[in-house]
Formats: sequence, structure tokens, C-alpha cells
Amino acid sequence: MELKDIINPNNLVYEKPELLTENTMHYCPGCSHGVVHKLLAEVIEDLDIQDKTIGVSPVGCAVFAYNYIEIDWQEAAHGRAPAVATGIARTNPDKVVFTYQGDGDLASIGAAEILHACNRGENMVVIFVNNGIYGMTGGQMAPTTLIGQVTATTPNGRDVGRNGYPLKITELIAQLPGTSYVTRQSVHTPATIRKCKKAIAKAFQAALDKKGTSFVEVVSTCNMNWKMTPVKANEWMVENMFPFYVPGDLKDSSKADPESYTPLKN
Amino acid sequence: MAKVIGAVVVNNEECKGCGLCVVACPQDVLGQNKQVNSRGYHYSFMKNPEACIGCSNCATVCPDTCITVYRVKI
Amino acid sequence: MGELRLMKGNEVIAEAAIRCGCDAYFGYPITPQSEVMETLMDREPWDETGMVVLQAESEIASIHMIYGAAASGKKVITSSSSPGISLMAEGISYIAGAELPCVIVNVQRGGPGLGTIQPSQADYWQSTKGGGHGDYRLIVLAPSSVQEMNDFVELGFKLAFKYRNPAMILTDGVIGQTMEKVILSDYIPRLTDEEINEKYGSWATNGRKPGRQRNIITSLEMDSGRMEQNNLRLQAKYAKMEEEEVLFEEFQCEDAEYLLVAFGSSSRICQKTVDLAREKGIKVGLLRPITLFPFPKKPIAALAKQVKGILVVEMNAGQMVEDVQLAAGCAIPVKHFGRMGGIIPSPGEVVEALEQKLIGG
Repeated sequence: MELKDIINPNNLVYEKPELLTENTMHYCPGCSHGVVHKLLAEVIEDLDIQDKTIGVSPVGCAVFAYNYIEIDWQEAAHGRAPAVATGIARTNPDKVVFTYQGDGDLASIGAAEILHACNRGENMVVIFVNNGIYGMTGGQMAPTTLIGQVTATTPNGRDVGRNGYPLKITELIAQLPGTSYVTRQSVHTPATIRKCKKAIAKAFQAALDKKGTSFVEVVSTCNMNWKMTPVKANEWMVENMFPFYVPGDLKDSSKADPESYTPLKN
Repeated sequence: MAKVIGAVVVNNEECKGCGLCVVACPQDVLGQNKQVNSRGYHYSFMKNPEACIGCSNCATVCPDTCITVYRVKI
Repeated sequence: MGELRLMKGNEVIAEAAIRCGCDAYFGYPITPQSEVMETLMDREPWDETGMVVLQAESEIASIHMIYGAAASGKKVITSSSSPGISLMAEGISYIAGAELPCVIVNVQRGGPGLGTIQPSQADYWQSTKGGGHGDYRLIVLAPSSVQEMNDFVELGFKLAFKYRNPAMILTDGVIGQTMEKVILSDYIPRLTDEEINEKYGSWATNGRKPGRQRNIITSLEMDSGRMEQNNLRLQAKYAKMEEEEVLFEEFQCEDAEYLLVAFGSSSRICQKTVDLAREKGIKVGLLRPITLFPFPKKPIAALAKQVKGILVVEMNAGQMVEDVQLAAGCAIPVKHFGRMGGIIPSPGEVVEALEQKLIGG
């Protein structure tokens, strides 16, 4: 069989989701954001909720996420996406709201906003892309930067005495009663990407079911600022980040007592 | 046993040559072109097309969603 | 007709918000305005009109909640006092940049820093010249009575939605804490989602409906040419406000030889000053700017041709006086009298200042 016979719409098994726009993503080659965006588009498409989903993209590389997925979007100030999402979700209880935040945004400047939104159990999805570094500003130390990790502001490696410890904020979030589903995923292999998609779908379903805050961390790479090839960056992530940011579900209330979660009034 | 053959189409202009699809392919189908596209990237191509089984791993890992996958059972 | 009640200014803000069909209030406690949220929580409007009331974790969070809800086409209000407004400055700049309507109430207290909890008008610059980063303006309304605390909530929303711009009610601890009689507005129903789509569907981010493009609310633009265009669009909007929305009030200006200019609670004090001065034979009038932005430049310029001098009375070190000087020009003296730190000047003190600074007593 010749190539032209195989390449036929009848034989199509994988194509770009319709909800992804034609805009070329501004991300560096091999950036994890592109994969997470694609998964979001697929999940929103699969659940057929593009007419009721509102995304919030705060400052960071993914502030431009609104250029890539065909839904309504709000750009937000650095760290404030959970507050912005609270404003949308409270006044639009029939809509599905998600934030798309990086580690500097969520775990540093926006630590108060994320903890309180999750603690109130705002009915929303949080996508937390953790690559251990500030991407957009050029590779400075993030709260999640590993001990010894070299960044633009820790040129000799993160030193605990000077910079404190890497923050496992997802573990903190999982303690909060307002969250119903807290998981840590990655997108570095076909298998983990498919698993991550399931996690994102579950989080969006939880929002549709009004189960409070669902939180999906995606341990990711920033190969450009890590100064590695995309392939090497994935290897480095598995070797160095996974032992500290261990992938897996941290909380899944669908498996626990369903009465343990009290939905918000008002 | 039915044999499966596949093919992928890379959008050469959208490809940023990150190489993630190359390592994701279980059949060693893909390679990076010596040529560059208009943005200077060594875009991926099927260097070994007859080995493709249409598993979609390459397209799944592609951050720029520039791979379309086809598959036929014969 | 509306209902006559005896209420505190802060309570009236809450009552007016419910009655004018507000969708939500987001705020954080701070003296001297905590009664706004306390009244709302006590009134439980979620049962009555469906209005959401939420105590946020900070002023920063409250203003960004306002951003999110306003960007989905909702009618939303917040309140704070000076230090809290400083924290909100980030969000206010984003709201102005993204061109969103909302009402922000600042019940001013004395500064700088933590300052005092007593009344002040020292946030005039912050309110009228921006306050956050970038070239932007707020519509600033300065009530001088509890009645206007009621009236300006709906007026603020009217202007905010007309221009897609944040409006601020700039008041202070005097008006916020004073009890006066007030005629409350009649209830206006909250807009339904259908009505919001019809009115604001071209920009509101409340879910992309089939057949329309996705709506994006952002203040970000990487292309400097387009960013300049965005700025020019904002400036054109502010120019239109200056042309069409100026509000002011004159007291006994017809035969005035001297003019007092004062806003908010200072203007209430100055009304008495006018009476006291006239008893002494000094022909003085009062101009009270109601909109601090847009500023009543033209009426001040007109009166500057009539009077021998202007005294600007503010509870600050001299802020609005600069705008009055610009409007009046150089032909007559324009002086400032103010008290700070939460001290409220007495009408007699203002008469003395008028005599010393302008008449030469």
C-alpha cells in the first residue's frame, strides 16, 4: 500500500483538536505547555463544554494561552488567577472556570490567592505547570526550584541557607478541605500524557459536578532555561524532579466518603 | 494476524524540531530533517516510513500539535 | 417613591448596592468602612436578589475577584479605605487597562502608611491621577451626604458601563460614619444571563456562544504600535468624559468676590463657612466638584474671571489645589487650606484662613 493510500481521511487516527486555534504557539521548541494546552482543548471538546468554559491565564509564559484555545479567556495579574476565577465562578455558577498557572505564579506571588481559593473550595479547576523555574523572565529561581539547581538567580545552585527550601505546595493544597481532587501528573511520554489527560478530564468533570476545587499539577520541563535539549530535559526531570515531586494522586474524594466534601453555598 | 500500517504527516512549517517525537516513536520511523523550515527548525520527517504502525505516540507528545496520524489494517 | 430611612453612609452603600441590582460584592474589612460588608452580610441579599457577597482573603484578592466577575459582564462593587485601596492599585490598573466596569468605594482615612482611622481626603491624587501603574483614569464621584452615598452607587455603575471604566466613589470617614436621613432607591432587578449576553455579549467572557468568536479580556499587548492605539483609545474615552460627564454644584456664587472650592465632607463644612463669612460681610461663594475626574475646569475658569481669589479647602496637604490652579490660571491667587491626620477643620477656621490667605486680615 502506498503512502497516498494510507493518508486518507478515512484512516485518520490523530489530528489537531478543533478547539486549538491556528496560531503558532510562542513557546520554545519542546515546551511542556504545548502538550498541556492540547490536552485541555481535547478535554473541553470531549466534554462539549466550550460554550460554558472560561479560562484564566495569569502572568507567566502561558499568559498567552488565550491565543490558542477557542474559548472565552481572561488574562490575569501575576498570581491572582484564583481570585479572578473566584469572581467568575461565584457570579456564574453554571459555568466551568479554570486557571492555568506556573510555579512562580501559583506558589510564590499567588500563594495566598491559591491557598484561600482552594480552602474555600471554589468550584474550579487549577492547572499548575511546575517546571521549577521562571520561564518568561529568563530562568530565575522559583519556589519549586530544587536544592542545588542552577538558575539565573542561583548561579551556583539553590542554597538552602540563602534561598530556603523548595515548596511542595501541592501537598499543602491536598490538606485543604475545599479541594476534592488533587493530583500530580507529567507529560513526558505518550503513556503519562494519556494519563494526564484522564486527570484533567476528571478535574473538569468534578467542576461540572460542583465538587469544589480540583487541582492538577503537571511536573514539566523548561528545557530552554534548564539549558538542555528537550529530550535531555525530560530525562533530567525524571531523574531529579520525580523523587521530590512524586507523581500520583494526592487526594481523590470520589474514592472517599462523598459526604466529606461540603459544596459551597451562594 | 492483521497487519497494521500507518503514516504520519508533519506540518513542516509548524514543526519546531524539538525531537520529542523522534524518541517517542517505538518503530524508529521519524528523524529530523537536515533541511530547515522557514523559521530555521530541523523539522521531523518519516525517515523510515514503512515501519510506521500509526500508534500516534509522536503526535501525542508533539507540543505544537503539528503531526497528523493515519492508520490502516490490512 | 423610595423609602425614607435614617442610616450611616457606609450602610447606605450596602443597601444601594443590593437595590441597584448588583451581582456581587467582594471586600476585606478595614476601618472606617467595615459596615459596608457587615451590612451586606446581615442583609443576606443572596436570598433576596441573588447577589453574591464574599469576604476575600485580602484587598488584592477582592479587586481581582471584581476583575473576574466584571469581565463576565456582571455588575460588581467593592469598598475599602486608603491602605486597602493602595493594595488594590494593581487590580484597578488591570481593570482600567482591560476596560471593565465596576464601582470601587474608598472611605478615606488619614495617611501616609497605616496613618490613622480618622477621616481624610489625602487620596485625591491617588484617585484622580491614576493610583496604579500606567496612563489611566478613574471616574471619581465625591459624595457630600449620605443621600449621595445612595445616589452615586447607581450613577457610578451607569458611568462605569457607559465607558467600560472603573468608577470610584471617593468619600471619607465623615460621610461613611455619619447618620443622616436618606431616601433609598427603588429596587432594580439584576440582569439575567440573556440580558447580559444581549447588552455585553460582544466583550463579556461568560462562555463562547455558538456563532461568536471567543472573547478575551486582557490588558496585555506585546506590539508597541497596537499598545499605543490601546492607550489612545483610553485617552479618547477620558476626553469624552471631560466633555460630557462633569458634575459640580455652586452655592451663592452669583455675587461672590471670593470663592471656596471643596469636595465631599469639606464642602459641607464650607457651606457653613459661606454663611459665617457673609454674616461678616465677605461675599464668598462655594464651588463643589462632584466629579473629581472629570474635573470641573470650565466652571472654575469662568468663576476665576469674577472673583478676587480662590481658597481650596481639603483635608490634606494640598492636592486638588493644583487642579484648581491649572483651571483658574494665573490672574488671581489660588490658595490652599487644609488639616491633616484625621482632623476636620471647623467652618470658623476656614473663615480665618480665608481672611488671612486671601483678604489680608
